[in-house]
Amino acid sequence: MNKNTRVVVQGITGSAGSFHARQMLEYGTEIVAGVTPRKGGQLFFAGGDPVSGRDKPVPIFNTVAEAVRETGANTSVVFVPAAFAIDALREAAESGLNLVVCITEGIPTLDMVKIYKFYKGKGVRLIGPNCPGLTTPGEAKVGIMPGYIHKKGTVGVVSRSGTLTYEAVWQITNQGLGQSTCVGIGGDAIVGMSFSEILELFQSDPETEVIVLIGEIGGTMEEEAAEYIKEHVTKPVIAFIAGQTAPEGKRMGHAGAIISGGAGTAQEKVDKLGSCGITMVANPAEIGQTVAQVMRNYR
Amino acid sequence: MNLHEYQAKQLLTKYGINIPRGEVTDNPSRAAEIFKNLNISRGAVKAQIHAGGRGKAGGIKIVSLPAEAEKAAAELLGQTLITHQTGPKGKPVNKILVEELFPAEAGRELYLGIAIDRQKACPVMMFSTEGGMEIEELARRAPEKIVKVLIDSPPELPLDRINELLQKENLKPFAFHLKPILTSLARLFLENDCSLAEINPLVITKDGKLVALDAKINLDDRALFRHKDLVGWRDLTQEDPLEAEASKFGLSYVGLDGNIGCLVNGAGLAMSTMDLIKLHGGEPANFLDVGGGASVEQVTEAFKLLLANKNVKAILVNIFGGIMKCDVIAEGITTAVKQVGLRLPLVVRLEGTNVELGKNIIKKSGLNIVSVDTMNEAAKKVVGFIK
Repeated sequence: MNKNTRVVVQGITGSAGSFHARQMLEYGTEIVAGVTPRKGGQLFFAGGDPVSGRDKPVPIFNTVAEAVRETGANTSVVFVPAAFAIDALREAAESGLNLVVCITEGIPTLDMVKIYKFYKGKGVRLIGPNCPGLTTPGEAKVGIMPGYIHKKGTVGVVSRSGTLTYEAVWQITNQGLGQSTCVGIGGDAIVGMSFSEILELFQSDPETEVIVLIGEIGGTMEEEAAEYIKEHVTKPVIAFIAGQTAPEGKRMGHAGAIISGGAGTAQEKVDKLGSCGITMVANPAEIGQTVAQVMRNYR
Repeated sequence: MNLHEYQAKQLLTKYGINIPRGEVTDNPSRAAEIFKNLNISRGAVKAQIHAGGRGKAGGIKIVSLPAEAEKAAAELLGQTLITHQTGPKGKPVNKILVEELFPAEAGRELYLGIAIDRQKACPVMMFSTEGGMEIEELARRAPEKIVKVLIDSPPELPLDRINELLQKENLKPFAFHLKPILTSLARLFLENDCSLAEINPLVITKDGKLVALDAKINLDDRALFRHKDLVGWRDLTQEDPLEAEASKFGLSYVGLDGNIGCLVNGAGLAMSTMDLIKLHGGEPANFLDVGGGASVEQVTEAFKLLLANKNVKAILVNIFGGIMKCDVIAEGITTAVKQVGLRLPLVVRLEGTNVELGKNIIKKSGLNIVSVDTMNEAAKKVVGFIK
């Protein structure tokens, strides 16, 4: 993702969609189109600072296909409400986009089963749902991460959560370090791109020197990531797992954050990642300084 | 949302799966009538609660006379049943199910369940000829005895793989009766947006029929909007009152055993705040996520929830304002503190958008709030108040 990323916002006229479209424009993201059924032909006004030139109106289309044809959009960010998200996501995958980022939370799990299969079949990349999106500092932000916490640099950040990602990014920035790209893959039980798929991208990205992975209880994605890192990642990886104190059988906010039958505990994940040579952070307040230390040693 | 056994069985019947004859009631004398009308020599009176392990906890009673059914019902109704799955507080018994008793022929009890396989990103059907015990226990003790079939292209069912499964030596004798149950349960799971649908045990009767003796069905809360007919089945008496109250305001709350109340935005940050409290030697009293964009009202409600837990001796607020502005949160906190007349130590850590404005509001409020800059400091301070 970079300055050439051309973004279409699905659900641009909704309250979340319009607010974040403005925020993204302000950050410098190239938003070329919006989509809201039956509102095609209207214009979306960012209403930003006229001096910066960011008040250029964004054309709204009825369909994603139309938006792609007319504006050359290659990436979509989806704010469509959960009940309609399955149709919006299908439409996005059929319209020739490279990447779809779904911010919407609360999508029924069985809808995601269908969407996951659909995207794999089409070979389109999906990030989320229930995620904060991704930011490449200084280039573009697709999603809802607060822009100012970022700084351009060489740390790649991948996480299953939202505000904990901001916390980690902020700690890294406060150490005087910056980020290559920050990706929130989403807190649901079924999400599009996994840790391993993002790690593969960070490994081959020349802008990324070290990688920070922020996981949480539930599922086995962290364990799979540990195996992947052991086999394929040569860059240093620093990891933190949230939910050490969470009891079994209770869902901790995220649909994905639930420990069942002794599987998916924080301890299992910490042990597995540690055994694969990853630097584990025990204290969530020390993510930034651990990254700084690792970078000093690495250089 | 969890269903009671009797509700789950109603759904099974709708999908043509055999269940024991019986009826649910909240009245002991009605229990005697039900038993009599069933015209059976032995029956079961089963407590209806949202938890397993009822048998061992005395929640299932075997009876052979209407008077015994009435007595069993009278004992169970109004009782709080504690099983290994309910937690120490237990669950209230407000309804009982009176059923005919079905001893398994030759001890054959089967297990059949469908759940979401996260790694494969689709539902998975699990089947075992070793029914009766809990599937987690079976998975630990003898994983080779569970066969799995992925339902990977819903709404299509994996019929070829089901047929293949039924060709296995030990299943061939039941294939005729088993096949419609496998497909019906899969349809039930998909059509009702279940997160779990389990029949355990599934028993074989003398005439070779299969009957679902017990069933557990959980629904995906996120899909309830398209199952208006099932929403009415929600039983709030089976849920933690604070958790149910929180859900009304769009807050996510989970009660824990400690004494430090936590209020955080975002699930990941909330979990790590709890972890940090523990790391500093304290015990969190709850998980409370006010979401990415909480309003002043939500923050106020969140405070009331924290204080409703009498174990809470100090409160930690940790907000990373991204979308949520710190001044809005600060307004919410000061409003709430004034409204509820807070007497407990309160440590607030604000970071992010409009953080200076937020800190100013707290400072100017004149309220006894400890304001700190980092989450580490916040955790240390709040634990210090307890010790």
